[in-house]
Amino acid sequence: DQVLHIVPETFQQVQHLQLLCSTFMLDLWKPLLPEDIRAGEDLHLRIPASLVQEVKDSLDQHMISYRVLIPDVQKLVDQSMPRKRSSHRQVSGDYVYTEYHPMEEIYQWMTQIQQKYSELVTQHFLGKTFENRTMYYLQISQPSNKSKKIIWMDCGIHAREWISPAFCQWFVKEILQNYKTDPKISRFLQNLDLYVLPVLNIDGYIYSWEEDRLWRKNRSPYENGTCYGTDLNRNFNSSWGSVGVSFNCSSIIFCGSGPESEPETRAVAQFIKSKKSDILCYLTIHSYGQLILTPYGSTTEPPSNNEELMQVAKEAAAALTGKYGTSYRVGSTALILYSNSGSSRDWAHTIGIPLSYTFELRDTGTHGFVLPANQIQPTCEETM
Amino acid sequence: ELPPSHFSAARAAAVAVGYLRYLRGGPGRGLELRELRRARRQDISDVGHKYYLELELEDVSDKDRTVNCTAEVLYHLGNKTSAPDVQVTVQGELRSTEEADKQFYNWIRSLEKELVAENIPDSHGNVPPELEPIHLLAWVASGYVIWQNSTENTKFHLAQVKHVKQVKRSDEDLQFDFVVLLHEMVSQEVLPWEVTLLWHPQRGARVSQ
Repeated sequence: DQVLHIVPETFQQVQHLQLLCSTFMLDLWKPLLPEDIRAGEDLHLRIPASLVQEVKDSLDQHMISYRVLIPDVQKLVDQSMPRKRSSHRQVSGDYVYTEYHPMEEIYQWMTQIQQKYSELVTQHFLGKTFENRTMYYLQISQPSNKSKKIIWMDCGIHAREWISPAFCQWFVKEILQNYKTDPKISRFLQNLDLYVLPVLNIDGYIYSWEEDRLWRKNRSPYENGTCYGTDLNRNFNSSWGSVGVSFNCSSIIFCGSGPESEPETRAVAQFIKSKKSDILCYLTIHSYGQLILTPYGSTTEPPSNNEELMQVAKEAAAALTGKYGTSYRVGSTALILYSNSGSSRDWAHTIGIPLSYTFELRDTGTHGFVLPANQIQPTCEETM
Repeated sequence: ELPPSHFSAARAAAVAVGYLRYLRGGPGRGLELRELRRARRQDISDVGHKYYLELELEDVSDKDRTVNCTAEVLYHLGNKTSAPDVQVTVQGELRSTEEADKQFYNWIRSLEKELVAENIPDSHGNVPPELEPIHLLAWVASGYVIWQNSTENTKFHLAQVKHVKQVKRSDEDLQFDFVVLLHEMVSQEVLPWEVTLLWHPQRGARVSQ
């Protein structure tokens, strides 16, 4: 298909062009309607490939001059498709943090970021997913002779919440790129170790790229392979199965066949249990909603350190809003959202981790799970 | 009086926004909720629960301006099959979309082949600019569905437009057959819904049954 640029000179030419448009039902790009064609004004006309020669002949016959504006419309359309992924673009210095990345690239990124900042970062095996993929976490730890408390952060427990893994990657990058120059970060690292799990639900994340963008659960099969997926954030051992869940595999909040029935859940729980006396803060990142949620989901009964939890959360929300004005609400899941049981955040708190939070990142429903990539940067900057 | 962050207030606000989008939305106007400022609940015996809301909204095409409105949402007792009664009062005038509406209308009417599109936005959140009016009409259509199907135990948002097909008509209305994916926050389910929307620049939108 081609697009021609024509400037009709006489009224007769205008009439002929109008005739051409209606006879061949041509796609007029400018002006909008044939009746708006005027002598002396620009005309842009798209002609299907099969008619190009015939139309040009007719224009020549009537002494109407034209030039080809777009010689191949399809090529232009193809070129303007976003995300031309070039596979050579995998040096960590060139990693594009303002785009969403498939799991393969995230795996590569972990390797490279560890190599680049090997004095601080180590990559560790956490466990395996149902589909046998390896779960890795990154440990950011400044060598020192004193033992340090730990802050754990996991992203991507729900497959469709793409902004969450994007944030974990951004977070790691920010810390590593700035730890030498930013006094806040360097002081942080003197006293604390950061453990980051960029994608918890790897199988689900891959499935949301390849099959169903709005998938949420993991990919373990139930009922003889006729039904897939447990909601990993209902699968932890905190009032498991009591409220806000389904025991039916086909439900999107299916809590699994028992607490920690899923390999992903076990991998995380086992590790956190083993380190629990050193873990100061458990963070789990989700979207959407713009919320900082405190325990619990299964009851409105406040946790023992509720005042401290709320104060820290409120200060965090205020700092977040200070960046771009994005407003976040703070409170317990049971009061702000709905009742649920088996969440990782509730479980972390019940085993003794004092500060335990769920972050629900942007937005509040306008784009929901399908947050445009151009919001990755502001979302991550404000959340930092 | 309810804290605006309480889930029941947020759910009622979502219904009010859905209703308002149906009533006042169009290819050139998409309203979204910026903040729920105040919420009150009244339990009316033998009738239902009524929420009084003060909402702060913005027009996606004119984000610097604030649109204030008040809304009343009445959920009927027991009767789960009837839609909540909603009344919304917008303070001040909404920005006129007459020009944009006319341009959109003419563009669609001039298409030789009926418009068809899928996955708006795409997986990465992108909407091609020429499809933004269709996207906003999907907000109108889904606004109706959300209003009609909400209860005190649901909170719906439009997750994605799965499919849209224009259907040419012999009268002057534009017709779009949508398949929208609605995300229900409480159950976390994503539910596909077929909805046909008729729209005309002067007459506005209506969902065809």
